[in-house]
Amino acid sequence: MSVSRRTLLKTSAIAMGHWLAPLPAFATREDANAAIIATFGDRPLQEGRVSVQIPAISENGYSVPMTVEVDSPMTEADHVVRISIFAEENPIPNVAHFELRPETGIARVQTRIRLAASQRVRAVAEMSDGSLWTSYTFSIVTLAACVL
Amino acid sequence: MNTIRLAVPDKATRGEIIEIKAMIQHEMESGHRPDEYGRPIPRFIIKHFECRYNDRVVFRAEFFPAIAANPFLSFFTRATESGTLEFRWIDQDGGVATELVELEVD
Repeated sequence: MSVSRRTLLKTSAIAMGHWLAPLPAFATREDANAAIIATFGDRPLQEGRVSVQIPAISENGYSVPMTVEVDSPMTEADHVVRISIFAEENPIPNVAHFELRPETGIARVQTRIRLAASQRVRAVAEMSDGSLWTSYTFSIVTLAACVL
Repeated sequence: MNTIRLAVPDKATRGEIIEIKAMIQHEMESGHRPDEYGRPIPRFIIKHFECRYNDRVVFRAEFFPAIAANPFLSFFTRATESGTLEFRWIDQDGGVATELVELEVD
C-alpha cells in the first residue's frame, strides 16, 4: 500500500497532537496536605483510629476496592462526623467525603476508587469532639489509571 | 435512566445495624482523559449521594473524579422504625436519580 506524503503528514500530525496533548499533572504529597487543610482547616492530625484498606497490589487502577473504617463507639456523645479520602498522587488528591451520623452504628464505608499511580491513600476522620485522626495505606498499581 | 442496584434487607429487628449497598450505572468521566484526537473529554461525574430514612439524612457522600465508574457504596445504619429509605444521586449538572426501598422493622 502506498502512502501519499500528504496522508503521512496528516496522520503523523494527529499522532503528534495526541502525544503533545497536556497530560494531567499529578498531585504531590504537598497538594494532598493542602487539600486536607482546605477540607478540615489547619488543625492537628493524630495518627490512628482510622484505617484504609486497599489491596497492597492493585492490578487495575481504574477500579480499586477500598474500605475505610474508624474505631468509634458511634454514640450520640462520641461518633464519627466525617471521613475524607485523599490519593496523594492522583491529578486531584480529593477522592470522596463521607458524612456519618450516630445512627450509622458502624463507622465503615466501602467504595471503588481510581489510582493514577502507585501511591499512598490517606483517610482523615473527624470525630464529634472535633478531633482529627488519620492513617494511610500504600498500594502498588500495576495498570495505572494514568489518564483516569 | 441509569440502572440502580440496591442491596437492603426487607426486614430488620429494632436497633439492628443493617448494611446498605448502593450502586448506580454511570461513566464517571474524569475530565482527565483525551479523546482519540487528543482533545480532553469533558468531565461528567456524579457529585453527591444521599440516603434518607423516613426523611432524615442518615448518610451522605461527595464524589470526585477518582471514584470509579458505576459508583458503589456500602455503609451502615440502625433500623429504628418501619419506613422508607430514599436513595438520591445528583450529578455535577444537577441531574437527579432516586430510588425508594421499604424497610420493615419489628
